Amino acid sequence: MSKPNFVYVIYIASTVDKVFAALTDPKLSARYWFGYEVTSEWKVGAPFSLMKDGKKWDNGTVLEYDPPRRLSYSFHPEHDGLENERPSRVAFDLEDINGQVKLTLVHDEFDEGSQVLPKIGMGWPSILSSLKSFLETGKELPPFWRGDYDKK
Amino acid sequence: MAEFMPKTVYVIYIASTPEKVWQALTDRALSQKYFHDSLLEMEPRVGGDFVVRFPDGRVNVRGKVAEWSPPRRLATTWTVEWMPELRELPPCLVSYDIETSGDSVKLTLTESYQWDVPDALLSGGRSGWPAILSSLKSVLETGRPLVVKLEPPKEMMEAVKQIVATKPWLKG
Repeated sequence: MSKPNFVYVIYIASTVDKVFAALTDPKLSARYWFGYEVTSEWKVGAPFSLMKDGKKWDNGTVLEYDPPRRLSYSFHPEHDGLENERPSRVAFDLEDINGQVKLTLVHDEFDEGSQVLPKIGMGWPSILSSLKSFLETGKELPPFWRGDYDKK
Repeated sequence: MAEFMPKTVYVIYIASTPEKVWQALTDRALSQKYFHDSLLEMEPRVGGDFVVRFPDGRVNVRGKVAEWSPPRRLATTWTVEWMPELRELPPCLVSYDIETSGDSVKLTLTESYQWDVPDALLSGGRSGWPAILSSLKSVLETGRPLVVKLEPPKEMMEAVKQIVATKPWLKG
């Protein structure tokens, strides 16, 4: 029996350097991640947090930092009663494919019966779709997903 | 006949309208831009013929239109024909759901089967759909497709011959 995880692949007309920068720069993430800032010193062992409106929504630790190919951090929500679950793990792999980028996200190491897993399963496709739009057109997707997220 | 059960789901959000996404999913000329150079041809009605052709005219996939509800839901059965062994498999069902999400479109692709299909066989779709639908999103948002050439996964090619020899869909 395989362990529960969430895998998502998206192809972006951009460079691995630009995608890696977008994944680690809080000013850029605020654009495509619907206001959330990825905040860290970006070295292995350093704290990671996802900030919005001056509030820390999720935190974790940088596990791997290998620009521009791989980035991973532990992920622990600080909201909506999800604080009691153990941290899960977010990992991004970037590959150059004919001058475009294949981004593979693997989010795993969830607690059994995780309440976080179904929420991130709705969140990542909208965040990474917005990232692709932002890098290809300069315009992120509008922040519709909070609505979807809050309804569930 | 057993029910079709979803095995692969892929969601992508597109800055577009449901009508334009529907057109991209059903229009022969548009499909060639994002569908690995293949061309989709379908009769616009339930029960109509559905064919995916390579640029040289050979048939890649053949099926029937199972649902035709513009601009919200499209479903077609699929029998993949480019490899002779694949023609022996029972058809799968490929469906698209198109929903408005704020000012964007949420496109959900679902690949469903009537039998307990092994993961190795699903690996083809699981590697192919993200490339196809990423390119569709680029075409609709920028007018420019991606250039992603994919080979069928080795594990799938190896699994197909063994699966066709044992025909697990005939059991239970």
